[in-house]
Amino acid sequence: MAIHKDHEIHHRRFGRNLGLALVLGAFVVLLMGLTVVKVTSEGRALAAQEANQ
Amino acid sequence: MSDASIHTPAQTKEASFGDFFALLKPRVMSLVVFTAMVGLLAAPGSIHPFVAFVAILCIAIGGGASGALNMWYDADIDAIMTRTQSRPIPSGKVTGDEAFAIGITLSVFSVVMLGLATNWFAAGFLAFTIFFYVVIYTMWLKRWTPQNIVIGGAAGAFPPMVGWAAVTGGVSVESTLMFLLIFMWTPPHFWALCLFMKTDYRDAGVPMLNVTHGRPATRNHILVYTLLLAAIAIGMGFTSVGGPIYLATALVLNALFIVGAIRIWRRDDAACEADEHKVEKRFFGLSLLYLFLHFGAILAEVALAPYGLGGW
Repeated sequence: MAIHKDHEIHHRRFGRNLGLALVLGAFVVLLMGLTVVKVTSEGRALAAQEANQ
Repeated sequence: MSDASIHTPAQTKEASFGDFFALLKPRVMSLVVFTAMVGLLAAPGSIHPFVAFVAILCIAIGGGASGALNMWYDADIDAIMTRTQSRPIPSGKVTGDEAFAIGITLSVFSVVMLGLATNWFAAGFLAFTIFFYVVIYTMWLKRWTPQNIVIGGAAGAFPPMVGWAAVTGGVSVESTLMFLLIFMWTPPHFWALCLFMKTDYRDAGVPMLNVTHGRPATRNHILVYTLLLAAIAIGMGFTSVGGPIYLATALVLNALFIVGAIRIWRRDDAACEADEHKVEKRFFGLSLLYLFLHFGAILAEVALAPYGLGGW
């Protein structure tokens, strides 16, 4: 049993922390996705350039 | 922090995540996202879908950041106007300093990320848009001239150009016309709102046209801008982003919009009071649909083009 009842503010703080965690997680995914796309597309462009030469 | 401290009145106003999100003006952001997306998809050239997603996200975050900075600067007048009293700063949930920090951080983040994802021309354009909305409109024009909404409306009109620039790295006749469409649409849209929210701006000391020049002058301006807007909207139908669907949509919507503007122009204050601004409210509602359907029609032309149905 909990030793004290959670105040409504505790729920709000939890929601805020959870929201921030999700935003930061999304930022990591965004950077990773962008890196993969840039590296693969530039790699493909480089391969095509070499094939032409 | 002790448990005792959380019961003080100031603490019960502690912000939730939603309050911070509200700083970004989500409703305005939805318009920014939609128009930027249309600008990006209508642009000639190709862009990787993930990069396109990141670009639109950055434009949306940039728009949201300028909204947060606008709320930071305008907190004093937001507290006076009924429409804005429940915003996070006047309601005491978020402090001005927090809004400023979020606005600056997200501005830098969105511009840098857009530059890295697409090109630095688009990123510079986004930075200029944020600067224009915050400094030129919010800090300078809004409290100084009754033409505030005309010039300031440019900030809301830039997103499709930024979307276009993300793909092409530049500007064109088409992207400029998309800008002009929103630019010319903003004054009649806001002035119609001012006609039925008349005391709000006066109480806050914001020199809106209806406060400084009266309601008859505002009605004249609505009509003139609506006629100029129609010329731009229909003209865009003959460019590469137009087509039969767009042109038909533009003809119908502009006819309805002109009829609405003429109805407003022919009314006086007594008629407005008698029916509680029914005509002005209907015109305002139509203006929302007007912009959405014009950009929706451009999107339809783009979507149908691969099947030989869209465009000229």
